[in-house]
Amino acid sequence: MKFSILVNEGPYTHQAADTAYQFTRAALEKGHEIFRVFFYHDGVHNGTRLTVPPQDERNIVKRWSELAEKYALDMVVCIAAAQRRGVMDANEAKRHGLGADNIAPGFRISGLGQLIEAGVQADRLVTFGD
Amino acid sequence: MLHTVNKSPFERNALESCLKHARKGDAVLLIEDGVYGAMKGTAFTPKVAAALRDVAVYALQPDIEARGIQNRVLDGVKLVDYGGFVDLATQHNPVQSWL
Amino acid sequence: MAEETMQEGGVRKKFMYVNRKAPYGTIYALESLEVVLIGAAFEQDVSLAFLDDGVYELTMGQNTKGVEMKNFSPTYRALEDYDVSKLYVEKESLAVRGLAEADLMVPVQVVDAAEMARLMAEQDVVMSF
Repeated sequence: MKFSILVNEGPYTHQAADTAYQFTRAALEKGHEIFRVFFYHDGVHNGTRLTVPPQDERNIVKRWSELAEKYALDMVVCIAAAQRRGVMDANEAKRHGLGADNIAPGFRISGLGQLIEAGVQADRLVTFGD
Repeated sequence: MLHTVNKSPFERNALESCLKHARKGDAVLLIEDGVYGAMKGTAFTPKVAAALRDVAVYALQPDIEARGIQNRVLDGVKLVDYGGFVDLATQHNPVQSWL
Repeated sequence: MAEETMQEGGVRKKFMYVNRKAPYGTIYALESLEVVLIGAAFEQDVSLAFLDDGVYELTMGQNTKGVEMKNFSPTYRALEDYDVSKLYVEKESLAVRGLAEADLMVPVQVVDAAEMARLMAEQDVVMSF
């Protein structure tokens, strides 16, 4: 079956990002397809590479990146939500005259249309949030 | 239809609202802080017990265990792991998250 | 679950946006509305559900000058221009909040909880924020 995943909360404050990851991994391990993982609201903070959690804690951002690499996941950070909250890729940073970008490997920035498409194309859309 | 609830019934009305809208044959999955709604002996337990007559109620075992309430789960509430969550999502459509 | 029907070159699904949160205290209502506006271009069968604190999104007389936030409530009035006209508001949610249909800024269909539940069940995609 084809799933799309919507993640509405950032890492660490709320468990939603953890549950979304566990669900996505479990679905992939069962042989399902993940059409897209879309990050919205504070969920965009899942996609910043500038996080350095304590060594004995799970690294939520890195965990997503590794899952994306292993399964060629399409992980999309909403551009409007990301701009509000300071998550940038190199192009966006340049376009806005900002000195640095911070998007983590495996994530890409795109529009909300990608979320609608994720709902249209997948058999199921499962939302994780607060 | 699969409903997920991730809030304690003592903090927000998500579970109450979910149970009000769940229809016969639906499944309700309690996750994260929502698993407190799966406990027996609470002020909210009668509502979940009543719902069990028409809907299947599940709770995410890793969340139950993380909160140390594995010995207080209401009879009739079924425990699933993340793979079981995926299975429920394949068996029901749509999936509505009561955030 | 509704049957998917093919429309000129694409799938047409029943999309419901569920609004259960009040405006301003959190950003969910505003960013949910942004999804609705973008989604309108995809020509899906769209409906909006307002229940629990979500009914506060539609109350008249919102003035955000003092909080220095964007007043996005006029956007609900513009939804019709986007061909989004199915707005369902739950009767019980209004009643417990001391509100009536006349307190809302846009024409809506007031439905009871059982009808709202039926509407939710017939969707292909339910988006909640």
